[in-house]
Amino acid sequence: MSIKSLDPRVTRENLPDQPDTNPIKDLINWQTYEVFHQAKKGDHHAHVGSIHAPNPEMAVILAKEQFARRYKCVNIWVVKTTDVYSTGYDDEDIFETNPEKMYREAGGYKVMDKINKYKSLK
Amino acid sequence: MYGGGYIFEEIKNGQSETEDLKKLENFEVRIAAGEKVEPTDWMPAEYRKQLIRMIEQHAHSEIIGALPEGTWITRAPGFRRKLALMAKVQDEVGHAQLLYSAAETLGKPREDMINDLITGKSKYSNVFNYPAETWADTAVIAWLIDAGAIINQVANSKGSYGPYCRALERICLEESFHLKYGHDNVVFLATGTPKQREMVQEALIRWWPPIMHFFGPSDKISVHTETLMRWKVKMASNDDMRQKFLDMYVPKIWDLGLKIPDTKLKKSEETGKWEYTEPDWAEFKRVINGDGPCNKERLAVRRRAEEKGEWVRRALQRNEEKYTVPLS
Repeated sequence: MSIKSLDPRVTRENLPDQPDTNPIKDLINWQTYEVFHQAKKGDHHAHVGSIHAPNPEMAVILAKEQFARRYKCVNIWVVKTTDVYSTGYDDEDIFETNPEKMYREAGGYKVMDKINKYKSLK
Repeated sequence: MYGGGYIFEEIKNGQSETEDLKKLENFEVRIAAGEKVEPTDWMPAEYRKQLIRMIEQHAHSEIIGALPEGTWITRAPGFRRKLALMAKVQDEVGHAQLLYSAAETLGKPREDMINDLITGKSKYSNVFNYPAETWADTAVIAWLIDAGAIINQVANSKGSYGPYCRALERICLEESFHLKYGHDNVVFLATGTPKQREMVQEALIRWWPPIMHFFGPSDKISVHTETLMRWKVKMASNDDMRQKFLDMYVPKIWDLGLKIPDTKLKKSEETGKWEYTEPDWAEFKRVINGDGPCNKERLAVRRRAEEKGEWVRRALQRNEEKYTVPLS
């Protein structure tokens, strides 16, 4: 028995109404690429997600379809997921640091008091 | 387009005792404080399992949901509507891609998810097991089913799992076009010729029961989900979401002078809640378990698409390919 549908194109496919297919094979969806998207020139590229692709060229094509269907985009980077080297969230303490870091901030340097005092003494 | 509701398995008593209690406590404190969980963070096995299940079913719903509408692309009345419908259907398939990636970060390969869909092991939103008989059905789907999906997805986008939330933010943005497009189509028919009005009224009558099913079984009969709510996997109860939907959309439907096929439907002045005829949950169960008007067709069409595309995928495959999990 094949499936009768409201859609004549589906009926013409003569689809069996019982599963007859072997499940799809491992890796048939290739590998993943991370996608970085630049909305306009001058902006940083920002990570927007990932896609499955067999090679970088296809990754760019699929990334454009997936992440630049609407709104402006001027450039896309794709990077193989396996080529991204990152810190681990379980290592968050590597970002811990001396809480007193005024010496490396603009606000850590106040000179007006000294200048005014110097001027008043003249 | 996904309403959720029915998807969770009951968490067995004492299941979380097998977890590292210290880590579990830390995890719950972080979630309560509104922190997001990222793929490489520690998480309870049950949290991972239920999230995979939910995100995967959401992805399948986007894919299968594109079928009843996609079938109307060739017969869309006019070029502009054809363009819009193609854009909407492409969006839905794109949403599935985003969601599959989010589920993959939890450790289930995409191939496994697709296999579970086409062999009938995984579920998807029950509404897509009903046919879109006329053009007006596509209008009702695009307006009201997408409206329901947005209510669910906006709630879920405030959940605890980072990759899912990020995918949902993009999805909700795109769904807002679907909703406007659907509303526009319904309004066009409802304010058109008597024949057009009749078409949209009939479509609404056909789709009302599936729409009421959309958010899943009533809280009175669905599995308890306190733990999942605490973990911010499930963000609102099925009945609460249904109430929110009725509150937002029944007045808009009545504005057009369309009849909703439920004589009990009214907003109680005392409680401020909507009263309605309890949806037929036996029918819901029957359809979700495979015995709906279109279940077989939906899966057969999806299987055939995989079969037809396989040679292309295989031709592009390279020997050195290894499975990778997307980053986030």
